[in-house]
Amino acid sequence: MTEAIPNTPSAATLPLDSVSEAPRNVKYHTRDVNVFYGDKQALFDVSLDIHEHEVTALIGPSGCGKSTYLRSLNRMNDTIDICRVSGAIELDGVDVYSDEIDVVHLRARVGMVFQKPNPFPKTIFENVAYGPRIHGIATSKSELDFIVEESLSKAGLWKEVKDRLDEPGTGLSGGQQQRLCIARAIAVQPEVILMDEPCSALDPIATARIEELIDELRSNFSIVIVTHSMQQAARVSQRTAFFHLGDLVEVGETGKIFTTPDDQKTQDYITGRFG
Amino acid sequence: MTDPAMTETTSTYPTSQNRAKRASDAVKSGLRRRYAAEARFKAYGIGAIALALSVVGILFATIITNGLPAFTETTLKLEVELNESVIDPKGTREPATLARANYRKIVFDALSAEFPDVTNRGEKRELRAILSRGASFQVQHLVVNDPSLIGQKITVEVPVSSDFDLYEKGVINKSVAEADRRVSDKQMEWHDTLKTRGAISTSFNTTFFTNADSREPELAGIWGAAAGSFFTMIVTLLLSFPIGVAAAVYLEEFAPKNRITQVIEVNINNLAAVPSIVYGLLGLAVFINFFGLPRSAPLVGGMVLALMTLPTIIIASRAALKAVPPSIREAALGLGASKMQVVSHHVLPLAMPGILTGTIIGMAQALGETAPLLMIGMVAFIVDIPGGITDPATVLPVQVYLWADSPERAFVARTSAAIMVLLGFLIVMNALAVLLRKKFERRW
Repeated sequence: MTEAIPNTPSAATLPLDSVSEAPRNVKYHTRDVNVFYGDKQALFDVSLDIHEHEVTALIGPSGCGKSTYLRSLNRMNDTIDICRVSGAIELDGVDVYSDEIDVVHLRARVGMVFQKPNPFPKTIFENVAYGPRIHGIATSKSELDFIVEESLSKAGLWKEVKDRLDEPGTGLSGGQQQRLCIARAIAVQPEVILMDEPCSALDPIATARIEELIDELRSNFSIVIVTHSMQQAARVSQRTAFFHLGDLVEVGETGKIFTTPDDQKTQDYITGRFG
Repeated sequence: MTDPAMTETTSTYPTSQNRAKRASDAVKSGLRRRYAAEARFKAYGIGAIALALSVVGILFATIITNGLPAFTETTLKLEVELNESVIDPKGTREPATLARANYRKIVFDALSAEFPDVTNRGEKRELRAILSRGASFQVQHLVVNDPSLIGQKITVEVPVSSDFDLYEKGVINKSVAEADRRVSDKQMEWHDTLKTRGAISTSFNTTFFTNADSREPELAGIWGAAAGSFFTMIVTLLLSFPIGVAAAVYLEEFAPKNRITQVIEVNINNLAAVPSIVYGLLGLAVFINFFGLPRSAPLVGGMVLALMTLPTIIIASRAALKAVPPSIREAALGLGASKMQVVSHHVLPLAMPGILTGTIIGMAQALGETAPLLMIGMVAFIVDIPGGITDPATVLPVQVYLWADSPERAFVARTSAAIMVLLGFLIVMNALAVLLRKKFERRW
């Protein structure tokens, strides 16, 4: 059981820059992150910690840089030619942009779920088995079968698809496809899962299903979720970070952010005065 | 200032109710014009399609009516006496002797036997003209394969010369003055006599599909050119497909987007527009003169056509790669797939239908290409069927060109028949491209 680590409030309520924060609990340690797209700066000196076995929600109006921040955590920004990142982004104390971490290895340790469900146009089984297969995680067919079943079960999809693993993943409903993408991500046994608005293309029932799932996954993984829905952030996260125009305005325990935020801008945003 | 201005405003800008009515009237009055424009546009479109279809219809009708006679051949049944004193006077049965014997005499004697009253030398020569040169080859072939036939009297079906073939098919007829046609009145009479005796028959022209080129139209076939086309296309495909796809994948997925790749891209697009004969000159200068590769060979032809096809394949492949949604790449990258794995496991398979379609279209273009092959000597008159990529060969479109250039009347039909075969190949290839696209089309 992984719940041995006492995770919730104590760490979250500590001031952000406090060195006294238990380092064991910090998964991602980012300091002064600046991201540029060509001449345009998208993130300004963002310093944020992501805690182990917690859901961290990134909220803020469109274009505030929360997706950009998320995508620099697993270096997905590398795929954009004009994108440049500065500052420190440390995963377990090692800078992800240093030579010590290979980008392929980094992305195997940090899974990602995207805004639009994007299963491969292959069978359901192949979708989940792809990651373990390319990384050589499974040594035998039976082990691969086990990983696929376990991942689909964890993603709450096993019961629905166990009789049709040979059907294309693209034939599932939107919500099922997104859970398939989550199963695909956790099949690689990552340490962190990054979710970029995972429910924005889904109906409320599918959304509720994914939110439940996120809560269950918290016990095994550290999760960072970008969301436009403040209710969702309030429901699923333990910590919330509010971004505005590329600045990290405020970060803290979710309960506190949504009830007594320190910053006026946060107050205005969560009460719906802008954004 | 205020008062007159106010009244003016109210008069030029009517109340909102009036404005709504005016807008509605304006829409109504313009409607007829808009629909008329639409109807006109539709009429232009239908007209254009009708014109195109009728031109294609005329083309096909002409080719088919011209080409159909080439699909049948006329043969003459002759009783041939394989006289040992003519074929093998010494009785050695050596293959060289058997091959060199005077079969013309044997065949002509057999024909003369049908008309014993023809004794005049000039008339005899006219009578001989009924037979094709292929007749003696056929008898020679029979004897060389089976020497035990010597001394026997056998019945063979030998080809008639192309002029009699055309007379039999009604292309040459008596309506033209005797001096202006290739078949004289007397020859027609003999032909008719043979016909009433039941010696002349018409059958499907297998010669056309099994022989290579020949100076005698009745012996000329397209198989040599088809084999040449096949070998050339193999070389073209083996060279242009891997190189083209690799170049497209590199440019689209790996190359940094900078000035150099932009220049390369523009130049690839330019290469697609270079006249094909220029590629022929390049092939002549580089492959034949510099590297000393054999002339007239499918190897060089295929290399030249591969150069010509490359831009088509690269452009089509890049478009197909570009059409693969970025979400698939992100999904694979997010799982920790390396760039190469993303491309080979996901992007390339998804782009393959488009790449194959582009390749087949490029190959169809190459199959119909003539000009560059003229430059590297594939226009030669070659009577052997090529057995490999270094044998001298010609290709289907060049064969069409050669026959279209020949003076013999019977080549008219053969030219059209060769065009029909070439068109058949092209239609099959394009249908294949459509099928592939339909079969592998995916939705995301």
